[in-house]
Amino acid sequence: MDSIPILKIGSALLVTIQVDMHDQLATRLQDDLTERIVQHRARGVLIDISALEIVDSFIGRMLANIANVSRLLDADTVVVGMRPEVAITLVELGLGLPGVKTALNAERGLALIGGVSAAGEAADDADDD
Amino acid sequence: MPTTTDTLPITSGDDVVRVRQKVRVRATEVGLSLVDQTKLITAASELARNTLDYGKGGHADIETVLGDRRGVRVIFRDRGPGIPDIPQALADGFTSGNGLGHGLGGARRLVDDFDIQSIVGAGTTVTIARWKR
Amino acid sequence: MRVDEAEVEGEILAASSKDQALVRLFAQQEREILADWVSTLNLGETKMTSQEAESQGRAVLHALGKAVAHGNHGDMRSAEYADVRDVLQAFSRNRALQGFSPTETATFILSLKRGLLGQIRKAAQSEDAFDLLWRVNQLIDQLGLFTVETYQKTREELIARQSKEIEELSTPVVKLWDGIVALPLIGTLDSGRTQVVMQNLLETIVQTEAEIAIIDITGVPMVDTLTAQHLLKTVSAARLMGADCIISGIRPQIAQTIVQLGVELNVVSKATLADALALALKRTGRVVSKLRAKSLPALQEPAAEARG
Repeated sequence: MDSIPILKIGSALLVTIQVDMHDQLATRLQDDLTERIVQHRARGVLIDISALEIVDSFIGRMLANIANVSRLLDADTVVVGMRPEVAITLVELGLGLPGVKTALNAERGLALIGGVSAAGEAADDADDD
Repeated sequence: MPTTTDTLPITSGDDVVRVRQKVRVRATEVGLSLVDQTKLITAASELARNTLDYGKGGHADIETVLGDRRGVRVIFRDRGPGIPDIPQALADGFTSGNGLGHGLGGARRLVDDFDIQSIVGAGTTVTIARWKR
Repeated sequence: MRVDEAEVEGEILAASSKDQALVRLFAQQEREILADWVSTLNLGETKMTSQEAESQGRAVLHALGKAVAHGNHGDMRSAEYADVRDVLQAFSRNRALQGFSPTETATFILSLKRGLLGQIRKAAQSEDAFDLLWRVNQLIDQLGLFTVETYQKTREELIARQSKEIEELSTPVVKLWDGIVALPLIGTLDSGRTQVVMQNLLETIVQTEAEIAIIDITGVPMVDTLTAQHLLKTVSAARLMGADCIISGIRPQIAQTIVQLGVELNVVSKATLADALALALKRTGRVVSKLRAKSLPALQEPAAEARG
């Protein structure tokens, strides 16, 4: 079973969704992310959906789930790169992505994650252990 | 260009993906705008998932309509338990936030034509269509 | 209107012989009628050349002759007159699109009466002549009116198309600063146009990587429920993409309308575009400061350098 690669950028994790996700892949992604957030004490999760032509309620729920779990693990979730036609459709559908922050691209997304600025200066983490 | 009808089974998540892809192909052939295509495919995805999750599997007929009006029509059929309260199913939105509900109301807003027939114990048929402006 | 009813009844009683006279008139004398028509036509009144008049006239007479032969002289909306309508429509549309006046266009058709007069005198006895003349008059009046109606419709279509083009031209999205774009809306927003504008704005947000979009509605005189909803959807969609919106230029009347409609405009609103820009600059972490007079850049080239 394939999986979606998770990259580490500073204290954030970056996930790029490029394929049509089916149920198993979505579950696998959520499990992997949860593990990695804890493993790296990640402050944020960036989900790049710029390759997605369609976002339906299934994907929407997945994104909201990731955001909910991440928050419990003290990490922000930012969805970046949503296409205009997808945004228009989601608004019409009434799907609001609660608890999910959004940004135009990964660079801006990083700036939204608490403690990390776009210029790369990491905030001082008082307790490292 | 001849009118086409494709019948696709819906028995797995991969089938839902195939339905999306076929609707995309037909919508492009008919000449729907990008936004209209996206809305139609998203609605089709929602309904295909419903057929899978609630209808215990079924079929989708994807038709292109070419005449005075050009458009794409998709008919979802299942022999599942049926929907006991259709108005309520249509009213259920995602705004309740818990992901419950069939998402039918949302799908209806995305298309030009929407029709639903359902008999408890027998099954459900949902027909949607989008037309070229 | 009793007198008309009696006249109509009288016409129906003696219908057949008068019908025949009209049919004969068009069938046998088409060439002569055309010649008379063109020669009595005041080309100045219609702004046509004599070749145009002749070929157009021939087409009209030919179609008219066929229609009249079917016996229906009262109603040009009926099936027998389809060819006549086609010919007149083509002629009238053509004139309308080229900018001729309605009078110039209709005069051509109405002048057919003059062309027929000579033939009517020759073709009929004195009493029949009056009836024949009256019927011809009524028939050609109908043609004239139809011509004018088609002309009107064509002009209206042209105006509608031009309005649309103007509207499309008047909603560009402008970049005010790095990360700040503005959409100055002008005119009324109907459903179709609003959707196009909405997509345009969202596309531009992606292309310019804007953080803030200012939607200025100073130039929008009226907002109804649908427009307000579309505005809201645009703002929501922009937010989903990661950009914030500011609405500026809401007139007092529009503010009242929105409240009365019960639409919750869940977005920051500023009175003027200037205020919105000031806020946008602050939000994107910028400060505007004043330079000392000496270090102000020149706005005009010095006169000496202007001479080549």
